[in-house]
Amino acid sequence: MTTAVEHEATPAPGDEHTHGAHTTHSDAFYVKIALVLAALTALEVSTYYVDFGSLFLPVLFALMVIKFFMVVWFFMHLRDDAKLFGRLFWAGLFLAIAVYVGALATFQFFLK
Amino acid sequence: MAIIEQPPRQLELAPAGVVGPSQALGAYARPLRATGWRAWLFTVDHKKIGLMYGFTAFFFFIVGGVEALLIRLQLAQPNGNVLSADLYNQMFTMHATTMVFLFVMPMAAAFANYFVPLQIGARDVAFPRINAFGFWCFLFGGLFLYISPFTGGMADGGWFMYAPNSGPVFSPTNGIDFWVIALLITGIASLTSSINLITTVLNMRAPGMSLMKMPIFTWMVTVVQFLLLFAVPVITVALVLLNFQRLFDATFFDVEAGADPLLWQHLFWIFGHPEVYILILPSFGIVSEVLPVFSRKPLFGYPFVVFSGAAIGFMGWGVWAHHMFASGLGPISVAVFAATTMFIAVPTGVKIINWLATMWGGNLRFTAAMHFAVGLVVLFTIGGLSGVTHAIAPSDTQQTDTYYIVAHFHYVLFGGAVFGLFAGFFYWWPKMFGRLLNEAWGKVCFWVMVVGVNLTFGPMHIVGLQGQPRRMYLYPDDLGFSAWNLVETIGSFILAFGVLIFLVIAVMSFRGPRNAPLDPWDARSYEWMTTSPPKEHNFDAIPAVHSIDEFFHRKYEEDETTGELRKVATAEEILAEQEASADRHIHLPSPSYWPIVVAFGLPVIGLGLIYNFIVAGVGALITLVGLYGWTQEPSAHDPEDEDPSAGPSKELATVG
Amino acid sequence: MADTTIIHSPAEFVPEDEHHGVAHHTSTGLSNNKLAMWLFLGSECLLFGGLISTYMLYRGRTEGGPTPEEIFDIPFTSVSSFVLLMSSLTMVLAVANAKRGDIRRTRLWLVTTALLGATFVGGQVYEFTAFYREGLGFTTSLFGSSFYTLTGFHGMHVTVGIIMLLSLTFITQRGRITGDRAEVVEIVGLYWHFVDIVWIVIFTLVYLIPA
Repeated sequence: MTTAVEHEATPAPGDEHTHGAHTTHSDAFYVKIALVLAALTALEVSTYYVDFGSLFLPVLFALMVIKFFMVVWFFMHLRDDAKLFGRLFWAGLFLAIAVYVGALATFQFFLK
Repeated sequence: MAIIEQPPRQLELAPAGVVGPSQALGAYARPLRATGWRAWLFTVDHKKIGLMYGFTAFFFFIVGGVEALLIRLQLAQPNGNVLSADLYNQMFTMHATTMVFLFVMPMAAAFANYFVPLQIGARDVAFPRINAFGFWCFLFGGLFLYISPFTGGMADGGWFMYAPNSGPVFSPTNGIDFWVIALLITGIASLTSSINLITTVLNMRAPGMSLMKMPIFTWMVTVVQFLLLFAVPVITVALVLLNFQRLFDATFFDVEAGADPLLWQHLFWIFGHPEVYILILPSFGIVSEVLPVFSRKPLFGYPFVVFSGAAIGFMGWGVWAHHMFASGLGPISVAVFAATTMFIAVPTGVKIINWLATMWGGNLRFTAAMHFAVGLVVLFTIGGLSGVTHAIAPSDTQQTDTYYIVAHFHYVLFGGAVFGLFAGFFYWWPKMFGRLLNEAWGKVCFWVMVVGVNLTFGPMHIVGLQGQPRRMYLYPDDLGFSAWNLVETIGSFILAFGVLIFLVIAVMSFRGPRNAPLDPWDARSYEWMTTSPPKEHNFDAIPAVHSIDEFFHRKYEEDETTGELRKVATAEEILAEQEASADRHIHLPSPSYWPIVVAFGLPVIGLGLIYNFIVAGVGALITLVGLYGWTQEPSAHDPEDEDPSAGPSKELATVG
Repeated sequence: MADTTIIHSPAEFVPEDEHHGVAHHTSTGLSNNKLAMWLFLGSECLLFGGLISTYMLYRGRTEGGPTPEEIFDIPFTSVSSFVLLMSSLTMVLAVANAKRGDIRRTRLWLVTTALLGATFVGGQVYEFTAFYREGLGFTTSLFGSSFYTLTGFHGMHVTVGIIMLLSLTFITQRGRITGDRAEVVEIVGLYWHFVDIVWIVIFTLVYLIPA
């Protein structure tokens, strides 16, 4: 990893007026996020080997959701970017969840 | 809006007039000076694209209408022998598919493409080449669908294409394969257009035009684009699953293999219900423009009309299973969807109230456009009332799959969506073509169509409740349906005659000079601050916005003491003022070969999927080559447009 | 209008403010291209939601063919998932370097991302051929059809992403990425991350949660 710099990145000429992501993070920041994601993935995979009992589903769901939001928040810069982008994306995501959970519910899917 | 200040030296490449980048860049030879039919084939101008959408859509209107007349001929008498059962199935499938996907949606797209940029003060849409691509996808998709009569039979599973009836066992011809792929292609058009128009509306408004100052038609179109954005992927999934079943023997809807046919129904109707709002909202938008103008009053409750439109869009996602009340969902699901369906009548009711309040106390002028707009209010209300009766699930159990439902949706679709589109024709014709449609004959056309609609679809309420089933090519002579069916058939021909009258009016309008007044209706909204037809670049200078109905407020001022309106400027004066302060340099997007090339590859892929994978490969190659050419075509990030005072960087110097 | 010159220019004429290299002077202040990509990703949620729901409905319908428990190789897929996850990191590093104007490192990270993505796709191909050999074909069962359709669509999206990454690498070679044109890299990055988060969902729902 050649770019493990600790200071904030210096903007290139002509870069002063970057719209959107006004916070630039260091590369180390992203590496840290990636390490957390890797650890979470390891935890996820461990559910295959270790018996979590009744915590199995909640843990997996929680991990999935956390990883999902971490990538969206940090890697896709949604935390630092214009709110409109987030609103558009969450609109699609929550609509998808609502509509498909609704459809599956009519199949009594959640009554297992 | 699209003002790019250029240092003069960069412009002295050609005599004043049209300047092209290929002279500067030596890049691919673009069709810069295309004239005649080539100008249309390679255009990226939203107005030309809108017109192409419009003419193509009207052509399919006639095709779908002929299919309807054939259906009505078959049903004119009991035990009819005009169409066989198989042909009848094809006819009602193609009639609906054509009307929904190849007429109403593209006609709304025509108005949206033409007028949204004009209404918000933009010179084009955000992605002009993608706009052109969308049109060609629509055209090629529609033509692709109509290859099927020549290859063994058209799709015959109904426009809702319920599985497993639509699977290879029950529908062995290739008709449904053509249907599936045609809808996938036109779906691409809708999806790309939705992204395009939303970006345009959000990002390219005139100075001072906040979202709550936008013309109401643009608002309704924007809601529609969001509906398309989220609904098209859902039907895409359904179409893909059906396609894989038919072409690759997947078993998604194969009951013997354990499949659940309701999966198709859910996926289809999760798309299908937002789809009906996609069909009606543009017409609601047109009517919301027309009624204020011809009532000489502002739209009553503009924020309510906006929010109810958004509410319809939002709530429309929660009602889809009311199309499935008789499919065995179970009482809980049915109850939930019955409740949500009853609620969705509310925002539409809000609109009707706002329209009526707009007209109330207004100085009404009953032009042809106004006739159609008022016609929508009346006829849509009738259709809406029958719709509310469907929401009550127990009564729907009797109504479903009968002509009562056919009555409902034809009142809202023809009396609603189509009448709205016709209002748009009469209202905006002078702006688009510099000519007026004949008002007297327009009113005749209206009344003929009103008679036609009511004669055709009115009795369907009765025979539907008496038990005449849908999608049946015959009915016996002893059930009492015969008389009303004959009336309906006569009505349908009257309706067709009305459409014919319109065609004649339209053709006749082009026979005179382009002498329509600039502002024949004393209109209110922004798009009327252009020439008729608008110049290629729409506005010489983009007028700033201070209020809703900006154009109206530039013409009229309110007297401080009496509150009366006083005309302070004519449309001609406002236009002249704009021309006097014209922008010095106006950038317009260039024509391009690539959109039509990329679009052309898609039906070729489709043919290949049905018949021969090598052909599919050829189609994929055409599309990929087209995409490659497209990305290589100079984009907006063109060094020519960079301000040289920013300083040269080594990267720029390498571009030849 | 004698003084107005009309210039026909590059077709995507996103209006430019010449004091910024940035190609927007938009009502929201946001870039057209980025807005378009976020809209597209919003719609893709509904596409993958539909495919995932179909899978969830049909996962238990194995009709005498192999079941998920019998056929999945969790360790292998875990490694694949980890590879894709790391490709998101390399993508974000590519974007960061593009914003800094470091073309060399941008290209390095773009290529690395593409390679990791290709590794993932290669893993999928290996996995699918193994499943096929073990008796799970596309038409074997509803589980088979829905599994391959879902993961196949995802794999197709990854492949399209790889093509975009490589194309972008070549474009940077021709020197057309500067400071704010890093936005193109960012937009490709958004797509790439989306493809990754879809896999996060698929990995959990399809592989880790047994039917």
